[in-house]
Amino acid sequence: MGESRWWLISLAAAALMVVLLTIHMGLMHLTGLLRATGVDLGDVRSFAEVTARGRSVTQLVFYLLLLAAALYHGLYGLRSVLLEVTPPRGQGLISGLVLLAGLVAFAYGAYVTVRTFTG
Amino acid sequence: MRSGGAARLQVRRRLGVRGWIYAGRYGIDRYLYVLQRVSGLGLVLYLLLHIYETGARLRGEAAWTATMALFRHPVFVFLEFVVFAGFIYHALNGVRLMVAELGWLLGAPARPVYPYGSSLSRHRPWVYALMLLGGVLLALAATDIFALPG
Repeated sequence: MGESRWWLISLAAAALMVVLLTIHMGLMHLTGLLRATGVDLGDVRSFAEVTARGRSVTQLVFYLLLLAAALYHGLYGLRSVLLEVTPPRGQGLISGLVLLAGLVAFAYGAYVTVRTFTG
Repeated sequence: MRSGGAARLQVRRRLGVRGWIYAGRYGIDRYLYVLQRVSGLGLVLYLLLHIYETGARLRGEAAWTATMALFRHPVFVFLEFVVFAGFIYHALNGVRLMVAELGWLLGAPARPVYPYGSSLSRHRPWVYALMLLGGVLLALAATDIFALPG
C-alpha cells in the first residue's frame, strides 16, 4: 500500500476520533458540567461504575474502535515527525519500532477492554 | 539546476527541528502547525500512559481506587486540564486542516500570489472562528476541572 493510502487512513481515523474522543472526554472528564445541566452520571471513575460499564457491548465496540483509531492516528503522526529528523538509512527501523509500539499498545488496551467485558 | 522551492525545502530540512519553528513568511499558520505537532506529540505520550493506567482495573478495586486517588492530586488535575487543552486545540485545528486539505468550503484553488487573497479571505476566518470556539470550550473545561465537583 502506498504512503498516500496510509495518510488517508490516518485522516479517516482522525475524523472518527473527533466524534469518539469528544464523547469520551465529555462523559469522563466533564461530569460536573453535565450535572449542572441536569445530567447526573454519578461517579463515572469509581471501580463499580467502570466495571459495570465495561460489560456492555456498546462500550466494548466503542473503546476498541477508539483505541485503534487513536493509536493509528497518533503513531502515524509520531512516525511522520521522527522520519523528518532521521537519516534515510534509519527510516525503516523507525517505522518498524513505531509499528511494534502500536501493536503492543493495542494488544494491551484490547486485552484490558475485553477482560473487563468478560468479567 | 534545482528550483527555488526545492532549495528552500532543502534549507528547512537542514535546520532540523529548528526548521519547524522557522516561520519565515508563513506567519500565524506556521505557529499553528508547530502547536499542532507539539500538542499531537503530547497527546500520543498521554495516550500510551492512559492505556497503561486503565489496566489498573484488572489488578482489583484497591489498585484502581489508589490510581484514581493519585489523579485527584492538584498536579494531575492541572495535567488533566493541559491534556484537555491539547485535545481541543489539536481536534479543532485538525478539522480546519482537513477541510483545507480536501478543498471543502474554501472555493476553487488560487495561485498563492501577493496579497494572498485566498489565504486571508478564505482560510484565515476559519482560524479565528475555530480558535474562538476553542477558547469557549477551554473555558468550559476549566470551569469543570477546577471549579465544579466531579
